[in-house]
Amino acid sequence: MLEISGLVKRYPSGPQALRGVDLTVKTGELVALIGTSGAGKSTLVRCINRLVEPTEGKIRLDGTELTALDHRELRHARRNMGMIFQEYALVDRLSVMENVLSGRLGYVGVWKSAMRRFPPEDVRRALELLERVGLREYVDTRADQLSGGQRQRVGIARALEQQPALLLVDEPTSSLDPKTARQIMRLIVELVKERGLSMLINIHDVNLATMFTERIVGLQDGKIVFEGTPEELNEEALTKIYGEEDWHAESRSAQAETADNGNGEKSDEHVPLNTAEPGR
Amino acid sequence: MPVVQKDGVSNWIRRDPKDSMRNYLKWLGGAIVVLIAARYIGAQTIWGFVLDAPAQAADFVSRSVPPDITYFRRVLPALWDTVNIAVFGTAGAVVVAIPTALLAARNTTPHSSLRALALTIIVVSRSVNSLIWALLIVQVVGPGLFAGVLAIGIRSVGMISKLMYESIEEINREPIEAISATGAGRTQVFLYGYVPQLLPVFVGVTVYRWEVNIRESTIIGIVGGGGVGFLLNSAINRLAWDQALVVLIAILATVVLAESISAKVRAAVT
Repeated sequence: MLEISGLVKRYPSGPQALRGVDLTVKTGELVALIGTSGAGKSTLVRCINRLVEPTEGKIRLDGTELTALDHRELRHARRNMGMIFQEYALVDRLSVMENVLSGRLGYVGVWKSAMRRFPPEDVRRALELLERVGLREYVDTRADQLSGGQRQRVGIARALEQQPALLLVDEPTSSLDPKTARQIMRLIVELVKERGLSMLINIHDVNLATMFTERIVGLQDGKIVFEGTPEELNEEALTKIYGEEDWHAESRSAQAETADNGNGEKSDEHVPLNTAEPGR
Repeated sequence: MPVVQKDGVSNWIRRDPKDSMRNYLKWLGGAIVVLIAARYIGAQTIWGFVLDAPAQAADFVSRSVPPDITYFRRVLPALWDTVNIAVFGTAGAVVVAIPTALLAARNTTPHSSLRALALTIIVVSRSVNSLIWALLIVQVVGPGLFAGVLAIGIRSVGMISKLMYESIEEINREPIEAISATGAGRTQVFLYGYVPQLLPVFVGVTVYRWEVNIRESTIIGIVGGGGVGFLLNSAINRLAWDQALVVLIAILATVVLAESISAKVRAAVT
């Protein structure tokens, strides 16, 4: 579904962020990108929907060559790619509902969107999503009134409101506490699997990556240095990605988590969200 | 070098001796400049008048009290003109300032030459005082309210667009990226990404400038721009201090009211 080949990004001011990346994401596959800060993870994710313009290389999404699109075609292609951001990237002064509905802007005319007149099925889907992420009562709350975890849930709902085929996720948990981070990851993964979407997630936390995804890609200095299942992410692989360090804890937890993944996946750990995260 | 080594021990001091000497010299230089300026001003002053000042002031006060309350009948309509000059001048300025600000901000300008043009408009508007704008405009359109509105408006464009374009440049990029990533068009990105972030700043700047303009438009009548300034000027010329006091009281009340409205509105929109 997503095929990246020979992707290079050179920033005008800085060093080369990506030096020839080849990567494929199949339909329904969940791929985690790990690596140090500055390895090019964020750049790679942003090159796909061209928030960052790639310098060289090809990116094909369901047969469409994304790098060759003009402005108008790119807008159409972007509708199929939902994105979730590290700092949530909500419009603070708009309500939760307006933020979620903004996921439909690619489909709704300028005037109708300016008047906030969205088609009824869009509104219904938005309400269902808000119910699903546990924010049904917050429809009219302004986004800046929510806590970090709640804000990220709005971000998730906005991305899924697009009804994308591919979900691009950029460090969704880095600004959250460990417990909320796990809840958010679990929620994203559940929603992606329910809908049969593909996901490329760029994530700091190796444990979360091994817990929730099927394939891990290690990026180091703009190049892929590891590709494999969570079980294959041993100490040797971690050293290749991050450099020399005592990786005992990470690799052990990776194996433990994947061992009980068979039955652990369905564990219904739906913490009542609103009580778990009181608003600020 | 704030960190110094002494007997093998690291120590930190705010300034080394050389730096503190330089610091003292700066203060000394400043003091010398102040003394020279004071001497020069003293030589230019007629001290007889200054010594006489308390008596003169007491004379003004005795002649202006009690104020001529009946004069309010002439002051109130003029005050209404003054408020109108401020309102319409500010409104006109905002209409011009929003596009100017969008052209002047690095992240929204379509081209650098348009940015240069917008910055020129801002500098020209800001560098001339509204009283001087009024003097020029009265020559062109004749004295009256319209001249006042134009003078206040032209003067305000610069400040309003400058504050607006600076807030556009400091905008949070993340929500804008997110809106673009949904496949929204340029206008939609503007409506959903920029407008909600900018609206409170724009409203705040406008109301603040309106408050400043209330104050500025009280004076503009002196040069023929209409409003209460004309009455103040004529009362002073006729040595009618009891009437001048009425005008001053009216201005003070209006300005205090404008400031409190402005503060309330600005607090409400953040």
